[in-house]
Amino acid sequence: MNLKEKLVSSFLAFENKGVLDLDSNVHSIRSKAIQNFEKEGFPSKKDEEWKYTSLNSLLKHDFSLFPKTEKPIGFKNVKEFLINEIESYTLIFIDGVFSSFLSDTTHDDCDVCILSSALTRPKYKMVIDNYFNTIAKNNNSLTELNTAFSVEGAFINIPKNTIVPKPIQILNFSTGSEKEALLQPRNLVVVGENSHVQIIERHQNLSKNTVLTNSVTEIFVHKRAIVDYYKIQNDTKDSSLIDSTFVTQKQQSVASVNTYSFGGKLTRNNLEFYHEGEHITSNLNGISILNNKQHVDNHTLVNHKYPNCESHELYKGIYADKSTGVFNGKVIVQQEAQKTNAFQQNNNILIDDGATINAKPQLEIFADDVKCSHGCTIGQLDESALFYMQSRGIPKKEAKALLLFAFGNDVVEKIKIPQLKSRITKLIAQNLGVNLGFEL
Amino acid sequence: MNKFTEDDLKKELETKEYEYGFYTNIEADKFPVGLNEEVVIAISKKKNEPAWMTEWRLEAFKVWKEMKEPDWANVNYEKPKFQDISYYSAPVQKPKLDSLDQVDPELLKTFEKLGISIDEQKRLSNVAVDIVVDSVSVATTFKKTLNEKGIIFMPISEAIQEHPELVKKYLGTIVPKTDNFYAALNSAVFSDGSFCYIPKGVTCPMELSTYFRINEGGTGQFERTLVIADKGSYVSYLEGCTAPARDENQLHAAVVELIALDDAEIKYSTVQNWFPGDAEGKGGVYNFVTKRGLCEKNAKISWTQVETGSAVTWKYPSCVLKGDNSVGEFYSIAVTNNHQQADTGTKMIHLGNNTKSTIISKGVSAGHSQNSYRGLVQIGARAKNARNFSQCDSLLMGNKCGAHTFPYIEAKNKTAQIEHEATTSKIGEDQLFYCNQRGIDTEKAIALIVNGFSKEVLNKLPMEFAVEAQKLLEISLEGSVG
Repeated sequence: MNLKEKLVSSFLAFENKGVLDLDSNVHSIRSKAIQNFEKEGFPSKKDEEWKYTSLNSLLKHDFSLFPKTEKPIGFKNVKEFLINEIESYTLIFIDGVFSSFLSDTTHDDCDVCILSSALTRPKYKMVIDNYFNTIAKNNNSLTELNTAFSVEGAFINIPKNTIVPKPIQILNFSTGSEKEALLQPRNLVVVGENSHVQIIERHQNLSKNTVLTNSVTEIFVHKRAIVDYYKIQNDTKDSSLIDSTFVTQKQQSVASVNTYSFGGKLTRNNLEFYHEGEHITSNLNGISILNNKQHVDNHTLVNHKYPNCESHELYKGIYADKSTGVFNGKVIVQQEAQKTNAFQQNNNILIDDGATINAKPQLEIFADDVKCSHGCTIGQLDESALFYMQSRGIPKKEAKALLLFAFGNDVVEKIKIPQLKSRITKLIAQNLGVNLGFEL
Repeated sequence: MNKFTEDDLKKELETKEYEYGFYTNIEADKFPVGLNEEVVIAISKKKNEPAWMTEWRLEAFKVWKEMKEPDWANVNYEKPKFQDISYYSAPVQKPKLDSLDQVDPELLKTFEKLGISIDEQKRLSNVAVDIVVDSVSVATTFKKTLNEKGIIFMPISEAIQEHPELVKKYLGTIVPKTDNFYAALNSAVFSDGSFCYIPKGVTCPMELSTYFRINEGGTGQFERTLVIADKGSYVSYLEGCTAPARDENQLHAAVVELIALDDAEIKYSTVQNWFPGDAEGKGGVYNFVTKRGLCEKNAKISWTQVETGSAVTWKYPSCVLKGDNSVGEFYSIAVTNNHQQADTGTKMIHLGNNTKSTIISKGVSAGHSQNSYRGLVQIGARAKNARNFSQCDSLLMGNKCGAHTFPYIEAKNKTAQIEHEATTSKIGEDQLFYCNQRGIDTEKAIALIVNGFSKEVLNKLPMEFAVEAQKLLEISLEGSVG
């Protein structure tokens, strides 16, 4: 039985487990999603959107869909993956199951809790009906798969005029209780008018076993709200991640999604922005630093539908050894979206022979009064700069690392949480294999 | 003088008739519609082709039957019905003529309307013209001068008879008959085209040029061009097209193969002005072309194209940079108006060391048209120090048209240096204002700005073509901006 068949046949068992309300809307959403998935199956390289990323090596595994949580996980096990220097709300999931013991949730001014309770409690019915699976639908089959099995994840509901005092950290751990596990977290973030929230998300494998995470996040940003979302991807070499994030923005809102990809066997990021009002700003930033045989695929879409909006996209990549990077950035400017400013920049450095970059910066423009540009470069470090530093006593390795660090710095500079910034800096230094000798 | 407003411009543009839309009444020798093995054999027989050629065509036809029409391009059109096309049409003009006096005066008039006027060109422009009207060459000039240099420039059908060893060696090596749907179709049914061979170390003394015209209603034209530049030679080749206005869609599926051996240089320029259909998007030519060149060591291939016509264009002149230090260039202006659709661009495949490529693509869209750039820059794992620079600029006029870019960049070597940039803009109000302020009326200002926008590409055209290209740009665009 291949993975697809297994997933489809497990669906019934999953729905009948008793924890789910079979009369709800969500049930019909799930049933429809599994039907769509069954029809479409996993994407192959024949799909234009998956031209450069093959899932074949992943689909060979016999993933267990509902991993058992046996191993006790204490705070000391997960501490290093949290940003401890700041106070924050934390949502910690162990093998897909919420750990109330490790987490710090709230219902005071806003709801920072879990999807499973939101799905069942009548109090949240309105929110779920209004938002759940409204932008993620009709997308690719992997999103459908997540929807079919969506039961747990972060649920963040910020009412009007609220500034969430602390950042929210969402961490998904897998303990390796099963040899091969498939996790499908589902996050829903609703940010009301004039509100502000910062969210940090991380997926981490604590063992050496194989894990595939198929995560879907939906973010709704209402009028004048500000959302900063940070994704840290620094997983083990046996972990793969398919991360799909959908953002809907109302007028004058600002949404930023920052993706830091440093590790994992295969990482695929789908990031899509949809505009529903004027004067919206969307920021997409990303940096990928890869080595060994890692593969990172960043797929972004910004769909400009209304006038006077802006989007800024900046993705940098440093690829060593036999790693592969893919960048596919699509910007659509619809006919009505006059006075749009859309900028897209993608810079890449290949360090070793054998490393590959496939870039496809794509513009589709139907409005005439717009400023749109994209730039894409592939190059090497400046030999003269390297020589300059060496002649001043900086060893070649450090000099290289410094230059690479400077190359990626534009993206790091966008981080608004200082503690997170220094953490990312450290991760970059660690991945470049060098002690920079300074902290930011 | 009244101010020329945006509405006026739009109106003028929409009502502008295709200036070269006329139809010559020449009796034509034509095959019944439909395509099957017999037709392929018949075409081959008609041309007195040797057995290997017939075999080659049949193989291509076999492959084509298995193939599906591609639909990945960013264009929408009604697919041609391949069984409703007549695959061979030749003007009844036999035997071959020695001088122009013997040419059908009606045909000569057609040329005059097109501005080709053979005798004048003979005298003034130093261009050898191999005029192809509906698939058979009827006049070849300057053959003598070329002969002295050892340059072979003749219809490919004749080349198959006279230089079978060259044709056999190179035909289908760059664009294999299995390459794609339209290349396979072309390989099976190509009626004629041009063949050009420049011997070692020879610099071709004049611009070689061919004019294609689709003349007979309901016939597809399947041209096959093969240009071989032997070691150390140079040739500049021009290709220009105009077609009469017709209501049904005409299919044009050409294949062009360029081979630049060591140290050779080929410059291939195209001005394409097939009938684009009327203001409602009715009629017009489908232009599905496969063009590809191979560069050996130190060789250079330069594609320059000005695309103003065709209802649907699907064209990617490409360079395979196989030899070390080879250079590929692509300069293109694509102008679309009314309901035209263009999906065009290039492929630069870097295989050798120190290979360089430059891509400059300018797209201008007006009316309801869609203009796409689709390009691939590929650096092979063994191609050291490859260098590419790409620039795609789009100019949009009005908000009913679209400009799209689909660049694919694939690098497998760390020494590669690739830059790609693309911008989309409209003609700035401040630019227009600046011109107006200095007494240049809006229409002229637009012409000025568009001309400046396309200058980089126009500059690359040979003199004789630059004039015609500029004229074409004016016809297609003047007054379309507001």
